Amino acid sequence: MPTTPPPDDVATSDASLALSAWGDRIFKGLLVASALAAPALLVALLWQLLSGAAPAIGAFGFSFITDSIWDPVAEKFGALPLVFGTLLTSFLALLLAVPLSLGVAIYLTEFAPERIRQPIAMVIELLAAIPSVVYGLWGIFVMIPILQSSVYPFLEANFGWLPIFQGPIYGPSVLSASLILTIMVMPFIMSVAREVLLAVPAGQREAATALGATRWEAVTTAIVPYAKSGIVGAIILGLGRALGETMAVTMLIGNRHDIAASLFAPGYSMAAVIANEFAEAGLGTLHASALTYVALILFAVTVLVNAAARLMIWRMNRGAGK
Amino acid sequence: MSDATVHLRTDQLSAMYGKFSAIKNVTLEFPVNKVHALIGPSGCGKSTFLRTLNRLHEMTPGAWITGTVELDGQDVYAPAVSPIKLRRRVGMVFQKPTPFPTMSIFDNVAAGLRIHRKLPRTELAEIVERSLQRAALWDEVKDRLKTSATALSGGQQQRLCLARTIAPEPEVILLDEPTASLDPQGTQRIEELMHELKTDFTIVIVTHNMQQAARVSDTTSFFYLGDMVEHGPTKAMFTRPKEPQTEAYITGRFG
Repeated sequence: MPTTPPPDDVATSDASLALSAWGDRIFKGLLVASALAAPALLVALLWQLLSGAAPAIGAFGFSFITDSIWDPVAEKFGALPLVFGTLLTSFLALLLAVPLSLGVAIYLTEFAPERIRQPIAMVIELLAAIPSVVYGLWGIFVMIPILQSSVYPFLEANFGWLPIFQGPIYGPSVLSASLILTIMVMPFIMSVAREVLLAVPAGQREAATALGATRWEAVTTAIVPYAKSGIVGAIILGLGRALGETMAVTMLIGNRHDIAASLFAPGYSMAAVIANEFAEAGLGTLHASALTYVALILFAVTVLVNAAARLMIWRMNRGAGK
Repeated sequence: MSDATVHLRTDQLSAMYGKFSAIKNVTLEFPVNKVHALIGPSGCGKSTFLRTLNRLHEMTPGAWITGTVELDGQDVYAPAVSPIKLRRRVGMVFQKPTPFPTMSIFDNVAAGLRIHRKLPRTELAEIVERSLQRAALWDEVKDRLKTSATALSGGQQQRLCLARTIAPEPEVILLDEPTASLDPQGTQRIEELMHELKTDFTIVIVTHNMQQAARVSDTTSFFYLGDMVEHGPTKAMFTRPKEPQTEAYITGRFG
């Protein structure tokens, strides 16, 4: 039997095989590197925040969170009004945005005529794409004048017996910032809640309908309970967004380092103070360190909120799956 | 058969999705306390037909019907008839078990009752127990009524759905391939149940499985491409089918 040399194409395919094995290895290395980059960045960020905040932590310790005086000249820093402002505006924004967004999401998935569902959802999702500074401008020039001339006087006249609606009406205030936040987080909560509701199996809706449920009863007995954990996730997403929102809040909250009972009064938030004061705080000063301390707290609050949300969703899913 | 025993009847019933007719001019009678099987190959319209009987068909966008469906002599598509009330009289169990996953076993069975009216706690508990017993599930779940329904096996879930359907005491039970996703054991239990349940309910079952139709039903209708080809007593149909298409289908030559 004559020995035939290996055909050319086999030889080249061997070579290209080796080459592609190398390519695989490089590709895998790139993927691993990029997968590790994210947690590495997080650790680096946390370390930077900690080391930057160290002087302020040393000077004020835990009382930083409980003190209210913020005086860069005297180098006395207390962040309570900032933490309070951030939590209050986010809470008020969710209070208004959650029922509104869930209502829209339920309407769009269950009740709206087929033809308008997609267009309306798209328009609302477009709201999420508007830059925050544009919201801020719109808030200052359009929303605040309207609120000042009609909504706030109405609230004061009818609900003035509540301390939160008393006192002089400022334009920029905790309430104005909360309202702009409401508008900004609504598209996030709405679009996630809508996706979650769309993912409820048709069988659930049909089962409730076949039991003699009205559309509304089907929503409350079958569809919303099925989507519950996803809806919680949507709300938390909105909360995370509200807590960290900087530009529009800075423009509308009034930037006064104070805690007032009235929502008509100006306030401050953690994100806003950092944005406002970082340029004027000299590098290496206690002022800069105090701002970094604020950033660290903001970071911790958002991480805690997200962790709590994940825990809730996890427990809910486990409860449902058992 | 005399009119008094006819419970449910369709006359020249056609069901459409947009311009497509899923079933055409079906006239059928379902006497009370019997099991009726609807058989035919996939896409023959038997499930659509079933869904017209409790007006679930119209929930699909673009779906509509012509002709009539009568329950106890009343046209269920008359403007004065509420589909909500109709569905409380005509219950339905689906192909895939559809327990409500966030509810306990107890709450699942009570779901229909709670939608319909407020009942005292003890009465509710009694009806739930009785319904679970009639669905032959009570002994398996009586110690864990408060646990989630999703922990049950597929066959148990389907019997739970059956218990949920019979709890509000409908007059008719529609079963849309209720054993298609079950193992042979689960299938057998559902089939046994049908013999017991027909003393209280009129049962209409859609099935792919001709042996099942032969085992459980008193009368059978054969659907093919949207037409009701043949209807009659099950025994006669499976031994001496009148139409060649029926014979071809039940002898396994197509479908």
